[in-house]
Amino acid sequence: MSVIGTEQGRVSDLVHPAPPPAPPAGRQRGPVWFAWKRFSANKAAVAGGIVLGILILLAIFAPLVTKTGPNQQAFLTQALSPPSAEFWFGVDDLGRDFFTRIVYGARVSLTIGFAAAFCSILIGIPLGALAGYYGGKTDWVVMRIIEIFSVVPPLLAAMLLAAVTRGGFRTIVIIAGLFGWVQVCLLVRAQVKAYKEKEFVRAAEALGASPGYIIRKHLIPNAVSPIIVGFVLAIPLAMMLEASLSFLGIGVMPPTPSWGQMINTGMNFMYFYWHMAVFPTAALAITVLATTLFGDGLRDALDPTLKGT
Amino acid sequence: MHLVEISDLEVSFPQADGVVQAVRGASFHVDAGESLGIVGESGSGKSVTCMAALRLLRQPPARISASRLNVDGTDMLAADKRKLASLRGRVAAMVFQDPMTAFDPVFTIGYQIGETIRAHREATKAAARSEAEALLARVEIRNPSAVADSYPHQLSGGMLQRAMIAMALSCQPRVLFADEPTTALDVTVQAQILQLIKELQAELGMGLVMITHDLGVIAETVDRVVVMYGGRVMEEAPVDAIFDAPQHPYTVALMGSMPGLAPGRRLVEIPGGSPDPSNPPSGCPFHPRCTQADARCAAEMPPVVRTGPQAQAACWRLT
Repeated sequence: MSVIGTEQGRVSDLVHPAPPPAPPAGRQRGPVWFAWKRFSANKAAVAGGIVLGILILLAIFAPLVTKTGPNQQAFLTQALSPPSAEFWFGVDDLGRDFFTRIVYGARVSLTIGFAAAFCSILIGIPLGALAGYYGGKTDWVVMRIIEIFSVVPPLLAAMLLAAVTRGGFRTIVIIAGLFGWVQVCLLVRAQVKAYKEKEFVRAAEALGASPGYIIRKHLIPNAVSPIIVGFVLAIPLAMMLEASLSFLGIGVMPPTPSWGQMINTGMNFMYFYWHMAVFPTAALAITVLATTLFGDGLRDALDPTLKGT
Repeated sequence: MHLVEISDLEVSFPQADGVVQAVRGASFHVDAGESLGIVGESGSGKSVTCMAALRLLRQPPARISASRLNVDGTDMLAADKRKLASLRGRVAAMVFQDPMTAFDPVFTIGYQIGETIRAHREATKAAARSEAEALLARVEIRNPSAVADSYPHQLSGGMLQRAMIAMALSCQPRVLFADEPTTALDVTVQAQILQLIKELQAELGMGLVMITHDLGVIAETVDRVVVMYGGRVMEEAPVDAIFDAPQHPYTVALMGSMPGLAPGRRLVEIPGGSPDPSNPPSGCPFHPRCTQADARCAAEMPPVVRTGPQAQAACWRLT
């Protein structure tokens, strides 16, 4: 048995210990690295992310992957022809290549999804942060607003609003944002509420930081994981809402291609020309599923404590 | 004029079922270059006193009143939010108990120190960052640039407390409040941190308020001691006097309960528990546990009596 410290037994080391050495450089792994590790272990989420990535690329480079414009009635003589080597998804009733329509539909759907999600966080972050930080009356008011929004069925309210404003791209984004911010707001509020009691917030106050500064520079950055998750999970909701409204004919106006609209048209032809209904429905389902899986995976990766909720 | 001057400070927190009286009339002062220790057991009001001095308690729920609450000539009770924010960190800074939680986990140490610098004076990000490294070097961190790039979870408690001190000192405050700065650290690291605080205090000529329940810490670092109990100041005296000739029965009992090196000596505990702050005992808060208490102690709070040069105590036995 060896006595501790006798090997290099310098008494001066014990009396005046040297400051502890710095951690070795090059092994610095930030939270992003750990989140990536957790995310990449989730096969479904990775698959969802890849599908979503492909869809985004297709939407961006739509003119390069399709042979005609989305509204070009180039194949009138072959109208309603089923899928073939030439027309992958067939031709629609007005002689337009259906694959082109679907790809351009992804543009509409994804743009609305992202824009609406952006609107959601734009409303949700400040309201959530204020409610969480100040509590009391501010919190009460915000929570009551949230309750109003959560008791109104979004589709009915959206139909009403869309009917009043005659639909259109911008209206749908605003409507979807108006119903999507609640989730973001609640997530941010919970995070801010939990973090404002942490000692580092008090330390920041003790060093002269104002409430606004603390919210902007410390509390919101600490809530970035729920914000990302809320953002991604707001996308499929907005896409569904757009599809529903367009299906009902009060969403994106023709001839702009929208999946909901196409499903509606396809319904009329379903028994004879199945491709008209199946492809837009499948496109919508796959996109929503991929986004949801990706969002769930992100949530689990960024905040392991929320897993399974 | 004293650097920090507190008279008749009262802090209470109204609750649904009564009022928690955390501090009930505390008075003391600190001069530039002087170090004052505040000792007391948990719940004696020492941390709350310190928080109240910088107005760090949220109002409401806290209720603060004092006949005088001055830091570097500024009346803290009258100061508005903007004034308070510019004062904190620049004139008075604070080091917290648990360095592990006192840093924001999402930013690097270097960024957070730089932030404090940039909050109080014009500096570019790069300048603040290099100043942060210089500060880290000053608190004897060996590899300042690597530490500045580290996130809080990558460093040990001792390192973080050094970084916390660096951050508190970044704007050369005139007075430093240290709220149990070594409680969360191991004993060997404790000694280093206390040594560091002491050296920096002497070097910068700062006032220091050291809050602790550890009498060993007090003996090593401060010039003068305030003993608090039940939200009141029981005794105040130079550190030698407190250890050699404690006057107040509570201080005497506190000294008796300190483990010593003498063989065979039994630790003498103080019977009972600390008073319930929502229902404090009448008269002297210590009387239910005091071996020398009589009827008068239970009836009326004793006056403060001088017990020596710079020393005073509040006990009927000394009047």
